[in-house]
Amino acid sequence: MNMINSGDTAWVLVSSALVLLMTPALAFFYGGMVRKKNVLSILMQCCIILGLISVQWVLFGYSLSFAPGKGFWGGFGWAGLNGVGLEPYADYAGTIPHQAFMVFQMMFAIITPALIIGAFAERMKFSAFLLFTLLWATLVYDPLCHWVWGLGGWLRNMGALDFAGGTVVHINAGIAALATALAIGKRKNIDKGTPTPHNMPFVVLGTGLLWFGWFGFNAGSALAANGLAVNAFVVTNTAAAAAGLSWAIIEWIRNGKPTIFGFCSGAVAGLVAITPAAGFVNVVSAVIIGLLVSVLCFIAVSIIKPMLGYDDSLDAFGVHCIGGIWGALATGLFASKAVNPAGADGLFYGNPAQFKIQLIAVLITLAYSFVMTFVIYKAVDLLLGMRVKEEDEMMGLDLTQHHERAYTVLE
Amino acid sequence: MKLVIAIIQPHKLEDVKKELYAAEVNLITVSEVLGHGQQKGVTEIYRGAKETGNLLRKVRLEIAVNESFVEPTIKAIIKGAKTGNVGDGKIFVLDLGRCVRIRTNEEGSLAIG
Repeated sequence: MNMINSGDTAWVLVSSALVLLMTPALAFFYGGMVRKKNVLSILMQCCIILGLISVQWVLFGYSLSFAPGKGFWGGFGWAGLNGVGLEPYADYAGTIPHQAFMVFQMMFAIITPALIIGAFAERMKFSAFLLFTLLWATLVYDPLCHWVWGLGGWLRNMGALDFAGGTVVHINAGIAALATALAIGKRKNIDKGTPTPHNMPFVVLGTGLLWFGWFGFNAGSALAANGLAVNAFVVTNTAAAAAGLSWAIIEWIRNGKPTIFGFCSGAVAGLVAITPAAGFVNVVSAVIIGLLVSVLCFIAVSIIKPMLGYDDSLDAFGVHCIGGIWGALATGLFASKAVNPAGADGLFYGNPAQFKIQLIAVLITLAYSFVMTFVIYKAVDLLLGMRVKEEDEMMGLDLTQHHERAYTVLE
Repeated sequence: MKLVIAIIQPHKLEDVKKELYAAEVNLITVSEVLGHGQQKGVTEIYRGAKETGNLLRKVRLEIAVNESFVEPTIKAIIKGAKTGNVGDGKIFVLDLGRCVRIRTNEEGSLAIG
């Protein structure tokens, strides 16, 4: 019989609240980057996902993701939280109430679809966005979550390491972002010059709150108030710091001046990269993971994106997918049983097989999410039309989709 | 000397600037303004309270030019700003009484260019 541990339960509840905050934080991070005629549309898309997925999760999302089962997903056995009570469920977390685990996972299910918004920002119709998000959460996130974390999930059984969501959250959302950016096409008029972020302080505010919330995301994924949580906390901060520094230095060398936008982009990339690794690597590895992720993401957003010409408006693919892939593969390089005996050793600790497993998990995630996202996009496009009319795009989504504006000019 | 004032759609500013540079009109002042003509504004709703006829965001250009540049300036603005829909804006051309360059005290057509 498992006993509820009050320290563990308190930490997981606090962590859940920290991760919840990341979605409004993301709203400001993204909202600052768009033109001022579209800022409310970003905030609204993030906020409505809080509403939509919170309800989807308790009704059937949690069941599809985490009910035991060897199939495509977990099925409907735990629908409406049937049987998900206040006693621990030892196979997921033996010392906290089952519902604490459920609500912690809910916050991950909420922020993941919100990350994709960055790719199609400033041009998607709100009604189509809602349907797309619901279908994506149900048909992409929930199955993938089951494969990697669910009891009986086949990637979990294969031994893939993903501490806090490198594949499930970041690669998944990042590659879905690329699929939607390709499917929806470029914003009008951006060939004449990339729009400037309308409120850089919002980007900084969002970065700060994301960084803060990420301690819940990663350290909370230990599901206990223990040494592993502390390791995750320390490497999370270290990787974010190293990546922020390294992005600023890259800019300084290449563009002549370091920018706050660059530091923020780097910090978020560092947080993304350390996510799968946080419970398996030590602090020196975290520095290396952080320093290198900015190099890779900088190349993706500043060189590859302009070269290929897709319009991933706010670099959801460039930061989350590229950073996530690096993090997942780096876990296969730097993981060490000295940090977490329940984990595995990586390539640099004498176990090349782990790197191969990580690579397979990455490729499966990329393939499944890209194809399914594209299919869902096309289906909703046929049904409702994904893109707003050209004149609505020109006037801005705030006024045309929501009849509101963020800033007044007079008074 | 003339002062050309144009009210255009915000998203056409880049196009208009490009056309003005092509016509060698390089000195402009731009401001953000609110207004509406035949387009009659938009509807906004705040906590259920509906406001109609609100003003739309527009961009106002002010360009001081010598006589020989008046027609090229007007043509460039039209070329850049025209979509054919209501709301494209207007151009006003005013006589300009005097112009002084602050840095040098130069006056008139010398100061404009």
